[in-house]
Amino acid sequence: MTDAAKNTSGPSLTRVPEMGSAPIGSAAERRLAELWESTPGWRGRLSTVDHKVIGIRYLVTAFIFLLMGGVEALIMRLQLARPDQTLLTPEQYNQLFTMHGITMIFLYSLPVLSGFSNYLWPLMLGSRDMAFPRLNAFSYWVFLFAGIFLYCSFPLGQAPNAGWFNYVPFSGAEYNTGPNIDVYALGMVLLGISTTVGAINFIVTLFRTRAPGMSIGRVPILVWGTLTAAVANVFAVPSVSLAFFLLWLDRQTGTHFFDTLNGGKPLLWQHLFWMFGHPWVYVVVLPAMGIVSDALPTFCRHPLVGYSAVALSTMATMLLGFGVWIHHMFATGLPPLALSFFGATSLVISIPSGVAVFAWIATIWLGRPVFNTAFLFFAGFVILFAIGGFSGVMTAAVPLDLQLNETYFIVAHLHYVLLGINVFPVVGGIYYWFPKFFGRMMNETLGKWSFWVMFVGFNLGFFPMHLLGLLGMPRRIYTYAPHMGWSTTNMITSIGSFIFAAGILIFIVNLFVSLRRGSPATANPWDAPTLEWAVPSPPPVYNFAVIPLVASRHPLWEDRIDEGGGRSSLDHGYLLMEGRETIGTTALDAIPDVILKMPEDSYAPFFLGLFNALLFVGMLLHWPDFTALMVLACCVSLAVWMWPRKALLQRVPDYDKGAAHG
Amino acid sequence: MAETIPLDRPLPVGSEGRRSGGWWGVLALIATEASLFTYLLFSYFYLASQTEQHWPPEGLPELLVPGVNTAILLTSSVCVWACERCLQRSMMGWSMAWMAFAHILGIIFVAVQLNEWSKKAYGMASNLYGSLYFTITGFHMLHVIVGVVILLVLLLWISLGYFDHRRYAAVTIGGLYWHFVDVVWLFVFTTLYLLPYVG
Repeated sequence: MTDAAKNTSGPSLTRVPEMGSAPIGSAAERRLAELWESTPGWRGRLSTVDHKVIGIRYLVTAFIFLLMGGVEALIMRLQLARPDQTLLTPEQYNQLFTMHGITMIFLYSLPVLSGFSNYLWPLMLGSRDMAFPRLNAFSYWVFLFAGIFLYCSFPLGQAPNAGWFNYVPFSGAEYNTGPNIDVYALGMVLLGISTTVGAINFIVTLFRTRAPGMSIGRVPILVWGTLTAAVANVFAVPSVSLAFFLLWLDRQTGTHFFDTLNGGKPLLWQHLFWMFGHPWVYVVVLPAMGIVSDALPTFCRHPLVGYSAVALSTMATMLLGFGVWIHHMFATGLPPLALSFFGATSLVISIPSGVAVFAWIATIWLGRPVFNTAFLFFAGFVILFAIGGFSGVMTAAVPLDLQLNETYFIVAHLHYVLLGINVFPVVGGIYYWFPKFFGRMMNETLGKWSFWVMFVGFNLGFFPMHLLGLLGMPRRIYTYAPHMGWSTTNMITSIGSFIFAAGILIFIVNLFVSLRRGSPATANPWDAPTLEWAVPSPPPVYNFAVIPLVASRHPLWEDRIDEGGGRSSLDHGYLLMEGRETIGTTALDAIPDVILKMPEDSYAPFFLGLFNALLFVGMLLHWPDFTALMVLACCVSLAVWMWPRKALLQRVPDYDKGAAHG
Repeated sequence: MAETIPLDRPLPVGSEGRRSGGWWGVLALIATEASLFTYLLFSYFYLASQTEQHWPPEGLPELLVPGVNTAILLTSSVCVWACERCLQRSMMGWSMAWMAFAHILGIIFVAVQLNEWSKKAYGMASNLYGSLYFTITGFHMLHVIVGVVILLVLLLWISLGYFDHRRYAAVTIGGLYWHFVDVVWLFVFTTLYLLPYVG
C-alpha cells in the first residue's frame, strides 16, 4: 500500500471491529496470510517477529545447550567412575562443573520453558502474537548472544571456575586472576536483560491480549505458571544482575563491596545471589508444572481436578519462594532466629507443592488414562517430583541440613528437582505439542523406549547420590581415594548417567525420524480441550483466522462438559485485517478494549541485540572506545525501533492533521 | 456465546494512551528498575549496619546544594506533566515549551551532580563508603541521562507534529519513566543525605 492511498482513506482512530468468518482458502484468509507472512530467505530469518518461529528457536537453542551441559556431565562422570582417576585436572574439573551448572540452570532450563510459552501463549490465549513481537525477537537474540558470550572463554581453558553460585572471596580478583569470572559476571548481566524483557512481554501479553471472554479464571495452567515465573523474574533478576555487576566492579575498578580487608562482606554476595537464586528455582519449575497440569488431563480424559487450587498454589509457592533464600546459607553462622524462620518457611512451601501433586493424582485417579509416551513422562514426573520434594523437606530442617550441606545428597536433591520437574515435563511436552509444532506425530515405539531408558537411567544415576551424600562424599571434588567406600556407588551412578544419556539420544533420533516420516497430524490429534488445538497443525502464520470468543476453560470440550458459560465461538469472531491487528482486552474480564496494531517484521531487534552483546565484549576486553561506540549504536537502534509509526497509529494520521490544529 | 460481552462497541485503534502496550510495558519496566534500586539500597544498609569505619567519611553531608538539586529534578517532573496536559488540549506551542524546560532542568541536575562528585575527597576505590556512594548515585545518574535523552527525543517528535490530543502515548510512556527516575531519587537522597543525620 502506498502512502498516497493511506492519505485518502487513512486508518481511522476508532472503529467497530468487524465480525465474520474466514474459512481456509477464502479471500479474507488469503489476505491474512499475506499480511502476516515474513519475507523468505535470510532477510525474513533475521527480521521475523513471529512468536512461533521465535518459540521454536528458543526450544532448539536451549536443547543444544542441554546437550552441551550433558556432555560436560558425562565427562565428569567418567572422571568420577573410579577412584584416583586422572582423566581431568582439578582446574579442568572446576571449569566443567561450573559450566555444567551455568548451562543447565541459566541457558537451558528457563529458555526451554520460554520456548514453549512463546510458541503456545498466543495460541492458548486466542491472539495473533505476543504483546511485544519485536521485544520477543530481541529477547531471543540476546539469549543466544549471552550463551555464546558465556562460552567464549571455554575453548581457551579460561571458563568460569568458581561454581555456578560463584562465592566470593574465591571468585574475587585476589584468588581468581584470569578472565574466567569476568566472563561469567558480564555474561549474566547480559542474559539478565533477555530474561527481564522476556518476562515483561509475558506479563503484558497475559493482561492485554486474551481472546474476548477468556476471563482470568479461564486461562490454562501453563499460562499461570509462566505468568508467576515472569512476575518473579521482574523482581528477582535485578538482584543477581546487581551482584554480578558489583563483583565485576570489585574485580576491575577496585571497589570494596565484597572485600573483607576494607569493610566489604562476602555474605552480601550470598544474600544477593540467593534472593534471586531461590525464586529462580521456582521460575524453572512452575511453568513445567503448568505443562503437566495442561497436558496430563488430556490423556486422563478428565479436566484437571482443582483448577483454582492449583492456580493459587502456583502463586503461593512463588510468594513463599521469596522468603526461603537463607536455607542455602544455613551453615554460614547466621543467628538461630533467622535459621528458624527460614527453615519454617521452607517446610511450609511443601503445602502448595503438595496441592499440585494431589491434583495430578486425583486427575489420573478420576480419569481414564491413555498410557502413551507423553502420559508416561508426566506420570514419571509426578513420582520424581515427590522424591525431589521429599529430599527438599529433609534439607529444610536446619540440623539435618548442617549435616548434608555440601554433600552429594544436595546434588541428588537438586537433580531430582531440576531433571524431574523440568526435563521430564519438557520432553513430555515435546511429545504432546510436536504434532502442533510440525504437523506430524512422533513415533510411539521409540517414544516408550526413550521414556523407560531415561527413567531407569535417571534413577540409577541419581538415587545412589543420596547415599553418597549420607556416606559423606563432598560435592565438587574431582577425585577420591579408593578406601573411602564410595567406589561402587560412584560406578553405579556413572553407569546410570550414561543410560540416561542413551534415553535422550533415543528421543533425539525420534525427533528426526518423526520430522521426516511421522504420520500427518490433524488439528487436534489428542482430542485436547484448549484453544491451541482449534487451529490447523502446524498453525498458519496469523494463528487464528478470526479471533475466537471464549466461554469456558475447555473450549473444545464443551460438547461433553457443561461449565455453565455457554458455548465458545471459534469460527465466527473478529476478523481484524486492516494490517496486522489483534484484539486487546481488559485485564481481568477480557472485555474488548482496543484494536492493537501489531508491528511488521524488523531488523531493529537483531541489531540492538548484537550491539548490546558487543558492548559487553568491549567491557570484557577493556576497549573503552569500542564500548562507547556500541552504546551509540544501541541508541540509534532503539531510536529506529521506537520511532512513532503511522501504520501503528502511534502518531496522528496525516490526512486530518489540519483539523487537529483548528 | 456469553451474552454479557459487548462485541459491537467502537474501539480505539492503535497506541491509545493507557490502552497501549507500551504503557503496560513501561509499568513492568519500572517494577524491575525499582527492584534494582531496592537491592542497591539493601546493599548499602547491609554494609553500613556492619561497618566499623567512619560513616560517611567526611562527616554529615552538606544539604543545601543537593536539596536544591532535588527540587530542580522534581520541578522537571512537573514540567513533563504540564507538557502532557497541554498536548491533551492541543496547545502545541506550550507543550513544546514545557518539554524543553523539563529537558533543561534535567541537564542542570546532571551538571550539579557532576560538580558534587568532583568535590568529594574520595573516589570509588578509596573506601567502602565511596564504592557505595558512587555506585548508587552513578546508577541513578545513568537513569537520568537516559531520561534526558528520552525527553529530547519526545521534544523532537512533538515539534515534528506527530502528536495531538488524540495520539500522544509516547509522551505518556516516556513521561512515566521520567517520573519514576525522579521518585527514585527521593529514596536515594533520603538514604545518602538525610538518614546519616538520624543514625
